[in-house]
Amino acid sequence: MPTIYIDGTAYEVEEGKNLLEACLNLGLDLPYFCWHPSMGSIGSCRQCAMVQYQNEEDTRGRIVMGCMTPVTDGARLSLQGDTASEFRESVIESLMLNHPHDCPVCAEGGECHLQDMTVMVGHRDRNYRGKKNTHRNQYLGPLINHEMNRCISCYRCVRFYRDYAGGTDLAALASHDHVYFGRHQDGVLQSEFAGNLVEVCPTGVFTDKPLVDDYSRKWDLQSAPSICVGCAVGCNTSPGERYGRLKRIQNRYNQQVNGYFLCDRGRFGADFVNSESRLNFAGVRQEDGSDKGSYKAIRADDALSEVAGLCQQGTVAGIGSPRASVEANYLLRRFVGTKHFSNGMSDVESALVNQILETLKNTRAISPSIHQIESADAVLILGEDVSNTAPRLALALREAARNKGRELAAEMRLEPWMDAAIKNLAQDQYSPIFIAGVHENRLNDIAEAGVSLAPDDIARLGFAIAAEISGGRAIDAVENLDADLSALAGTIASTLKAAKNPLIVSGSSLLNSAVIESAAAVADVLSNEQENVFLSLSVPECNSVGTAMLGEGMSFKDMMDSASQGNIDTLIVLENDLYRRAPSEDVDKLLENIKQLVVLDSLDNATLSKSQIALPTATFAESEGTMVSSEGRAQRYYPVFVAEDDRLASWQWLSELGQVLGLSGFDQLEHFDQVEQTCAGEIPALSGIASAAPDHEFRNRGLKIPRQPARYSGRTAMRADVSVHEPKQPVDDETPLSFSMEGLGVGQPSSLMTSSWSPGWNSNQSIQKFQDEAGGAIKGGSSGVRLIESGQSLGDGLNAHTRSVPTAFHPSDTESLLIPVYRVFGSDELSSQAPAIAEMSGDAQFVISSESAAKLEVVDGDGVSANINGVEVTLEACVDPSLAEGCVGFTTGMPGTESLVATAVGLIVSLRKADSWQRRKPQLIATDNPNAPTVTNQQSLQSGVSHV
Amino acid sequence: MSEQQLIQSDIALSAEEIQQIDAELAHMPQKSGAAIDALKIVQRQRGWISDESLMAIARYLDMSPEALEGVATFYNLIYRQPVGNKVVLFCDSVSCWICGCDGVKQKISEKLGVDYGETTADNQYTLIPVPCLGACDKAPVMMVGDDLHTNLNNEKIDQIFSGQVSTTASTTESTAESTTTSEEEGS
Repeated sequence: MPTIYIDGTAYEVEEGKNLLEACLNLGLDLPYFCWHPSMGSIGSCRQCAMVQYQNEEDTRGRIVMGCMTPVTDGARLSLQGDTASEFRESVIESLMLNHPHDCPVCAEGGECHLQDMTVMVGHRDRNYRGKKNTHRNQYLGPLINHEMNRCISCYRCVRFYRDYAGGTDLAALASHDHVYFGRHQDGVLQSEFAGNLVEVCPTGVFTDKPLVDDYSRKWDLQSAPSICVGCAVGCNTSPGERYGRLKRIQNRYNQQVNGYFLCDRGRFGADFVNSESRLNFAGVRQEDGSDKGSYKAIRADDALSEVAGLCQQGTVAGIGSPRASVEANYLLRRFVGTKHFSNGMSDVESALVNQILETLKNTRAISPSIHQIESADAVLILGEDVSNTAPRLALALREAARNKGRELAAEMRLEPWMDAAIKNLAQDQYSPIFIAGVHENRLNDIAEAGVSLAPDDIARLGFAIAAEISGGRAIDAVENLDADLSALAGTIASTLKAAKNPLIVSGSSLLNSAVIESAAAVADVLSNEQENVFLSLSVPECNSVGTAMLGEGMSFKDMMDSASQGNIDTLIVLENDLYRRAPSEDVDKLLENIKQLVVLDSLDNATLSKSQIALPTATFAESEGTMVSSEGRAQRYYPVFVAEDDRLASWQWLSELGQVLGLSGFDQLEHFDQVEQTCAGEIPALSGIASAAPDHEFRNRGLKIPRQPARYSGRTAMRADVSVHEPKQPVDDETPLSFSMEGLGVGQPSSLMTSSWSPGWNSNQSIQKFQDEAGGAIKGGSSGVRLIESGQSLGDGLNAHTRSVPTAFHPSDTESLLIPVYRVFGSDELSSQAPAIAEMSGDAQFVISSESAAKLEVVDGDGVSANINGVEVTLEACVDPSLAEGCVGFTTGMPGTESLVATAVGLIVSLRKADSWQRRKPQLIATDNPNAPTVTNQQSLQSGVSHV
Repeated sequence: MSEQQLIQSDIALSAEEIQQIDAELAHMPQKSGAAIDALKIVQRQRGWISDESLMAIARYLDMSPEALEGVATFYNLIYRQPVGNKVVLFCDSVSCWICGCDGVKQKISEKLGVDYGETTADNQYTLIPVPCLGACDKAPVMMVGDDLHTNLNNEKIDQIFSGQVSTTASTTESTAESTTTSEEEGS
């Protein structure tokens, strides 16, 4: 390890780092702006200047940029010397020339990297008395606020948006002292990763719009470690609360999972917690009288005894949910008995998730973390549109694609952090990514080859690749494969074989088990020949894997049959809208055949409005629980704030219900840890969840971990409009966290990091103070525990894969195959209830090919009808020229298509132009103000209106 | 041509423009490599780059409008606002300043009735400052259209702009420095 001398002190540092990283890793404060651990160095801001000396005799030295200078053995440097300090101060002073003095009204204030760095360099007095440049701000959509005057031109935003996330509609415009970061004209930022600009921008140019509209300072936000419920990736988040409202979601760094970035569904979708359709109190439906059908609020105790009363009459069955925690599902299963429990997935989905679970257990390939995915050097995607079903994974694939550039850089002896040089060297050379999907997706721009095929043909291509890799030994060749596809299979096979870390991505989204099987086959034959084969299989929901691990239980069909025979008296549904899982007639029939329905949920939905008794549950932000991600990583989330009114965590309702009824063992299931430990003890697949996070007795050097920052303000005044007496802070008996600012929030395990702050580092950049090295793992290890480690034996089962090779799909002239199409905004049940996400999502659509559009004589925005399962479904047409021949897609999970995923995929339908169709009004994108005229860039430039 | 006519002619690239852009593309491994040349070609034809021209070029080069706008606005000789028939590039850099360009500039402004960034009312000339024209030995210098004028003085200005009647400027304020305006310091 090289030794470097900083201000006369010798330090051992890691080779291959730059001086800035080395200093930060040593705990020294060297200010910076443009450098980012995930994006490397470009040396644009000149802030991390140090003085480097030739040798011991050299007393003058020369100024070098820390981020652009590799560490060399024996280097002599000055960090604190006058030359370096004065230079850094002058840089900040220059940056401040045009920066407005608007910190008090800036949403970044209090967590602003520019503020921190300004204080750090000691620049205090503004000597500049001239005019400041001002800019016109742009409307960038419902998620991001734009305030260009604050810009210090570090270029981080475009480097993230374009280079890292593959967005095209944000650029650096103009030059020298009036560089402008924005769009060509006002409009919604198109990338689903735009929200990261809020965290990437070192000051307040890009801020969180929903937060700005309902604002609280970072130091006033109460936070707890949480897990995103938007998809199955399991990104770690740090939600912030004040006044009983979830104010915002911030990234919580986990090197193995989300690193520094989230997708916008995760960041802005959690607003459903504040939804108007949240349930506050338990309700009993009125069965007669004038208010028949409405709900009467009752006290929680009464609700418990009512439900207990129902449960004492006859058989009770329960339906769990892949969006509820492992613990809640486990308790329901225990409450109703294994024989009467269904995991709450649709039958088709349940089969696929179990198939994925079995595959991951048996294959020798590794189920990779997002971090491992970033190390892949050849990728095959079979069927899964990850940009829409698991967006953070898509971002990792972009990072993987850049490994080619790093390879080339290594040959040229360039350091891996020399971002601009590597980008210039690589140009548009990427590590090979092959995509077979039902339509082109947002990753196709970096794909070596992409084909659009019907789901069965994707599976056939997968099997052909597997056969090609195995040389026909382990897997039989696919019969009657199209010559082009055969050639493509050959190319893909040889590329994967040549790779060091090949990655196969697939998943359940097409609801086609052969696609998953073919992905497993490719991974298996590859694992036969090499180590480090990654197989990443996506599942639909945040806890699909955890719920499946509880065991299969009853299928929906079993439940229907049992009910129709009169075997179910009371049905308890846990956080699940059954109308999204089965055809509505089937759900109606099931509910008719039972006597009572009890629903536990947080938001109003179709199933809930059929219940006799509704119990209000806490969301992820108000309760604790464990979820298992598609990787197989069990992660714990904690209540950020105390649930208001009579809301309780689902596990608590079920635990109390069991106690009221005196069910055996429920006296030992009073606390969360007891539930979780009992579950881990009883279910071998889930035995690891107990070590996912410390139990409630954990203390950080004898103290609880505070949810509130040390500078939390106004605690005595917050309720002054209600009462002048300050109430006692709520007590948390279930977790090691406290609902107060007292305690010790430093040095705890990463699974208990509430938010990131360090003295002098108020922004999210403070995370480097908690990492073992810049961009590395949090000291003490990344949080979460992997429950699935890859299997060891291949046995002779390999060829079993070929049993499910489907026959080729033959497109028909008159009819189309119905396939699901996913939308990052709109397809997910909960996030769609967040107003900002709802604004982004638009209406449900039929996605049709150009040929179909021509045949039907429709264009984008016209209405198209199809008879699906005897119901006439009319949706807006979206013409996608890349759609596989003979297919028609429907956007999943949106109003009008909720149940189609569970019921209609794979049907053959005939489309026709809708008879009467009201075209949707063009979306307003020009400005926040609906009355203002559309402003083009041209006009805006001329008018030169300025905002301060 | 009026601005209205310009916008109407901007809807698509002309055959001639496409032919010239294609000739540039032949030398480029990536389409976006021809961005600057394509902007120059279209500007030569149309005088300036309107939003519509920009979109048409971006489409032709498979670039996002943002990416091309980044290129177009980086260079102050790519005009993103209408300019007069001839652009007067007046050097205000150090050599010309020593040789008294300030007085010449004042003379031009009086003669044409425009300041920097403005276009004469008859749409003949737009006055823009440039840092250097590479002819310091003959300072002060300026370019009018494609012609270089050296050793400028008041008489030469009268000659060059003879026939030009001083009128008030049109409203266009600034061409190169288009995205920003200045304002008093806020605090």
